Amino acid sequence: MSMTELEKKIELIKEISGSDPYKCMRCGKCTASCPAYSEMDIKPHQFASYIIRGDLDELVESKAAWKCLGCFACIERCPRDVQPGKLVDATRQIVARQRGGDYLQPEEVPELLTEDLPQQLLVSAFRRYRR
Amino acid sequence: MQKIGVFVCHCGTNIAATVDVKKVVELVRYEPGVVFADDYMYMCSEAGQEKIIEAIKEYKLTGLVICSCSPRMHEKTFRACAEKAGLNPYMVEVANIREQCSWIHKDKEEATKKAVILARAAIAKVNLNTPLKEGESPVTKRALVIGGGIAGIQTALDIADAGYEVDIVEKEPSIGGRMSQFDKTFPTLDCASCILTPKMVEVNQHPNITLYTYSEVEKVSGYVGNFDVDIRKKARSVDADKCTGCGECSAKCPLGKIGNIPSEFDRGLRNRPAIYMPFAQAVPAVPVIDRANCTYFKTGKCGVCAKICPSKAVDYEQQDEIVTVKYGAIVVATGFDIINLDKFGEYAYNESPDVITSIELERLMNAAGPTGGHLERMSDHKQPKDIVFIQCVGSRCDSEEKGKPYCSKVCCMYTAKHAMLIKDHWPDTNITVFYIDVRTPGKNFDEFYRRAVEQYHVNYIKGQVGKVKPQPDGSLLVQAADLLDGKQINMKADMVVLAAAIEPNPGVRKIATMLTASIDNNNFLTEAHAKLRPVESPTAGIFLSGMAQGPKDIPETVSQAGAAAVKVIGLLAKDHLKTNPCTAQCDTLLCNGCSTCANVCPYGAITYDDVQVMDHGLRETRRVAQVNLALCQGCGACTSACPSGAMDLQGFSNRQITTEVDAICR
Repeated sequence: MSMTELEKKIELIKEISGSDPYKCMRCGKCTASCPAYSEMDIKPHQFASYIIRGDLDELVESKAAWKCLGCFACIERCPRDVQPGKLVDATRQIVARQRGGDYLQPEEVPELLTEDLPQQLLVSAFRRYRR
Repeated sequence: MQKIGVFVCHCGTNIAATVDVKKVVELVRYEPGVVFADDYMYMCSEAGQEKIIEAIKEYKLTGLVICSCSPRMHEKTFRACAEKAGLNPYMVEVANIREQCSWIHKDKEEATKKAVILARAAIAKVNLNTPLKEGESPVTKRALVIGGGIAGIQTALDIADAGYEVDIVEKEPSIGGRMSQFDKTFPTLDCASCILTPKMVEVNQHPNITLYTYSEVEKVSGYVGNFDVDIRKKARSVDADKCTGCGECSAKCPLGKIGNIPSEFDRGLRNRPAIYMPFAQAVPAVPVIDRANCTYFKTGKCGVCAKICPSKAVDYEQQDEIVTVKYGAIVVATGFDIINLDKFGEYAYNESPDVITSIELERLMNAAGPTGGHLERMSDHKQPKDIVFIQCVGSRCDSEEKGKPYCSKVCCMYTAKHAMLIKDHWPDTNITVFYIDVRTPGKNFDEFYRRAVEQYHVNYIKGQVGKVKPQPDGSLLVQAADLLDGKQINMKADMVVLAAAIEPNPGVRKIATMLTASIDNNNFLTEAHAKLRPVESPTAGIFLSGMAQGPKDIPETVSQAGAAAVKVIGLLAKDHLKTNPCTAQCDTLLCNGCSTCANVCPYGAITYDDVQVMDHGLRETRRVAQVNLALCQGCGACTSACPSGAMDLQGFSNRQITTEVDAICR
């Protein structure tokens, strides 16, 4: 992958999440705080490095993105303002955008509904992309 | 007509990579007044300066334009070089084509164009330069040190030992500062009091040192070599001359037992009476009455201390006193404190008395501390078995309202120290340190930390703690992650110690404002040059010592304190200082005495005088402005304010500046 493509991907994540993965100092306070730790195959503190490396596909396919409870503990406590929860959310957004061509139609919702899908995602997907 | 030489510096590739220096030389060669132009790799080097000197002699140059770095960097160098060749140093102008051109531009053509314009402006100015002579101002051979911690103490001792008089102003009742609160010091583990107390006593007994404790700097005026400082000596309510420091008053003060006044020195871990000395080895050994809490001052009743005092030293009528002293130099050694932890609710500092800061731990380990050196939990006075240390609490924080962006520098080392000291006393204690990075640069520092791991088996885990939860059984649940082993950890602890970020003493802002000394975003004092002038403030005559300048440990503080002292001594050793000849001048024929200039002058350098003038054959008396050259700093405020153009600044005259602007716009 060329650098520009990688940079584009990172820019996209930055734009969706509003946070900068390069600020992460790998202190692990997010992972320490995560109530879904045991379910996460990629731990919250690893999200920033996955994004910086450009391993977005792995993130998107991970269980972690869908196991995050959205409790915001990591967002609240992150000393570097990276706020991994927002990166997790951005990953979900990318998936949602791929499916709905950046738009989520109400009629598509029933087929998306699974036990693993956090409601928060639906709400935010509507909020941002149903304009 | 001037004979001007123009010298264009490459500064290695700093300038030459972005500015076509040869082209600059060619383009300025035919500017009015220029008789010689050349370029060189490093104009500031010995060979570069030789080139300048040779050119001055060969072409009988009367003015120089050096196109190089900022005048802040090398104006002095080139002026000295000109003087060496017999040219007046004020005939030199520096065109800044580095900081203001090559460093900030990418396009070579555009940058070259700008460099030529900057050079032309300087050439135009030199055409109007006149030789100036520096004046002289006397130096008051006395120094002021603000802050009586280890930084201030060491600076004061070094200056005093060199034979100059020094005053220390300390706002607390005793000198000693933070270091006097500590138990042991890393990496040699010698007792802090044992090495500090002798220095405190030496300060008190030194014939050249005057101590103003329980005092604050109230007002500063003047300039380098001639500061006037008002010091407020707060009323101690105890006559220092009569007091023998016997301590009877503190022992008998009824509030000692029932007052609930938290001891500042013991960080609130025990209470103190209303009349108190912060600690037993206080210097001076004279108590103060805390008037806000004293029953006598609140209700007019009690008076036990006055009755009990065997030497009749208690004086309820004492008033604050303001003394004004002249100084040649001022050292800021105001030290540090730790940040407020209210914003870190996840660590339960305000919830549990068993979550403490490292300074509180110092007091708990100290034999003179509230527990006599026996480590115990503040909740149930039991000895803790499992202790967790959390590093970087508020340090290295990106969000400004929560913490500090910098590394506090000393926490890694003092935590290793605490861990080892505890293990030494109570070997069956389990100690876990949660760290983000362990930073131990320094002589014998990493060895010290490794000893904690290898010899004392302190458990170091990489990963910041997420939460500390007080449990119903009185223990603390620590939620963390071991990032290297990939495990989440839920661990019970009896005590949690937080390495809270350090910050400059909150009072430093006020002091910096009084001194017009600059401070950075984090309220640390700024150096004149981060590398080459690290103990001087950009404001002449103001020097920096200790944590006020940035986080540092005791050995570093002592070194810096000594360095600041040397700079002060270097200043006080001079009988006179050269003053800037670029001062304001009033043309009495043009001045109409309107007072506008006096109103804008920040240094109070302008006064008015009635003078006799001849105006078209008529003799009349006029009120005109007079500039006190010793006070004028050449800021130029008066020249731009003057409505009649009577005020002009030597070396930066109105004509010179408009000519420069003309040259730029040409």
